[in-house]
Amino acid sequence: MNNQIDITNDEKLLSKLLESDPDLTIEDALENEMVINMGPQHPATHGVLRLVLRLDGETVVKCVPELGYLHRGYEKMAENMNYYDYIPHTDRLDYTANLCNNVAYVLAVEKLAGIEVPERATYIRMIINELGRIMGHLVAVGTFALDVGAVTAFMWTFREREFIQNIFDKLIGARFTTSYTRLGGVSADAKDDSLSMIKEFLEKFVYAFDEFERLLNTNRIFVERLDGTGILPKEDAIALGITGPNLRGSGVEYDIRRAKPYMFYDRMDFKVPVYHECDSLARYFVRVDEIKESVKILYQCLEQIKPGPVLANDPKNVLPHKQEIYTKMEELIYDFMLVNFGINPPVGDTYFSVENPKGELGFYFVSNGEGHPWKLKIRSPSFCNIQALPLMVKGQMISDVVAIIGSIDPVMGEADK
Amino acid sequence: MEFRELVTTKTKEKFGSDVVDITNFRDDLSIEIKPERLLSFCKFLKEDSELDFAMCVDVTAIDWAKRKNRFTTVYHIYSLTNNFNLRIKSTIEDAKNPEIDSVTSVWKSADWYERETWDMYGIKFKNHPDLRRMYMPETFEYYPLRKDFPVMGIPGSLPLPKKEED
Repeated sequence: MNNQIDITNDEKLLSKLLESDPDLTIEDALENEMVINMGPQHPATHGVLRLVLRLDGETVVKCVPELGYLHRGYEKMAENMNYYDYIPHTDRLDYTANLCNNVAYVLAVEKLAGIEVPERATYIRMIINELGRIMGHLVAVGTFALDVGAVTAFMWTFREREFIQNIFDKLIGARFTTSYTRLGGVSADAKDDSLSMIKEFLEKFVYAFDEFERLLNTNRIFVERLDGTGILPKEDAIALGITGPNLRGSGVEYDIRRAKPYMFYDRMDFKVPVYHECDSLARYFVRVDEIKESVKILYQCLEQIKPGPVLANDPKNVLPHKQEIYTKMEELIYDFMLVNFGINPPVGDTYFSVENPKGELGFYFVSNGEGHPWKLKIRSPSFCNIQALPLMVKGQMISDVVAIIGSIDPVMGEADK
Repeated sequence: MEFRELVTTKTKEKFGSDVVDITNFRDDLSIEIKPERLLSFCKFLKEDSELDFAMCVDVTAIDWAKRKNRFTTVYHIYSLTNNFNLRIKSTIEDAKNPEIDSVTSVWKSADWYERETWDMYGIKFKNHPDLRRMYMPETFEYYPLRKDFPVMGIPGSLPLPKKEED
C-alpha cells in the first residue's frame, strides 16, 4: 500500500493549495538553496548571536552574522561618568573572565593618567588575571565540548570554575561581579589564607585538568569531528584582525604578554602555544595549553609576591582608604574631590591593549583634561573574531557551524558592547 | 635607527606636506594625515616591506562637538614583524555630511570596524562593500555616539513591538 500522495501528480489537491496560498511554488527541494535563520535565541550561539545562513542542501553557501542584540551603549555611558565609576561596567564586557577586563581597564587608565602601581598590587593583578584566564578558557573548552555533544567535559570544567569562584569569594568578596581593581592598585590586600587557597586549588587542578584532557583528547568523536573543520588560513587571520587563541591556532605567534610585556610578564617564564593546523581542533589545543601555561605563571607569581602596599600613594589620582578618610582631614578632601570631579588626566589620547582570554582587548581614551573621558573606544576581541565566521563556515556542513562558533569562542557581552 | 624614527622619516619623505601632525603622547606614535591622502598613506604603510603594517586593529572616530571640523577618524594599526602600534588620524572637514575613503581595500578587517563607526557616528565610508548599521536597526534615525545624542536616548526612536490584543 502506498499511502503517500505525490503532490505534483494530484492536480486537484495542487489547485486547492494554490488557491489558498497564491505564492506557493513547488519545486524539487533538493535543487534549491534555502535561507535559514540561526539565533539570536539559540543555545549554541553563546549568547545572542544571529546568523543568517544560505544553505545548499546541508552545506553552508553563505553566512551573514547580525550583531547588536546585546548592545547596551557602554561607550556612550563611559563618556558620562568618571574613570572610577566605569570599573564595574568592565565586569559586564566579557563576563566569563571579568577580572581580566578589570585589570585591562585600570592599566589603560593608568597609562593615560601616569599612575605608578606598587609591586604587590601588580602581582595580585597578575594572579587574578591568570585565574581569570583559566576561568575564561574553562568555559570556552567546556561549552565547546558541549556544542559537539560531550556533556561530561562541560560539567567537569564548570566544577573547576566553581572552585575558582570560591577563591574570588574569599579574595574579593564577590563571585561573579568582582570590580576588584582600583586605579593605582587593588581594593583590598590578598590575605595569606586566600593565597594558600589558590595554591591548594592549583595542586588539585593540575590532576583534574589532566583527567579532563584525557577524556577529550582520546575521544574519537570529538577529535575526528573537529579535525579539519573551520579552516582559517594564516594570511586571512592576519588580514581579518583575528587575535588571541584563534590567531595562534592559525600559526601566528602573537601574544601581547610576550610581544609588549605589561605588568611583570617579562619576569615570567612561560611558553606561547602555537598550532599550525588552522582548524577548530588547533584552537582547542591552544586553549588547553594556555591553561597549563597560566598555572605555571600563577606558581611563579605566588613565589615572587612580597608583602607591601597594594594601593599607590598618589592623592590626586588614587582614592584613599576608608579608614583614613574618616580620621584625616586631608584624605577627606581628596576623597571629596575624586568622587565629585574624578581624576583629571592630561589632554591627549592613548591606546592600551592586553591579552585577554578571547584576544586583544584594547581601550582607546581621548581625554580633554576633565574628570570623565571625552571618548572611550573598546576594541573587543570577540567582535573582531566573529568577523572571520563567514569565511570559516563557508563550505562546511550546517551541523559544524555550531562547533565552529564554539571554537572561535565569542562572548556577546563584549562583541555588542 | 629605531623603528619609531623610521616610520616618521619615511612618512615625512613621502607625504611631506600632507602630514598634519605627528605626536608622541605617552609613547603612542600618532600621525595625522589629510583625508584626501588617507587611502594612499594606508596602502604605503601596508605595502612598504620595511614597515609592513599588516594588521588593522581598530577603526573609530571622535566627535569634537563644537569644533569646526567636527569628526576625526582614528585607525590603529599594528606591524607583526616590527611589533609596533601606530595610530593614524584624519580630520574630516565637512561636518554636515561627513565622508571619507574606506580602507577596506587595504585591510579586510576594517569592514566591520567601519560599519560600527558609520552606525555610531554617521560617517560615510566611500567604496565600502557593505555599509550597513552594525548594532542599531536599519530604520534608526540617529547616531548614538554623536555628542548631541542624549545619554538617556530619545523616547520613541526605537519602536517597541506591538502588543497583541487578547
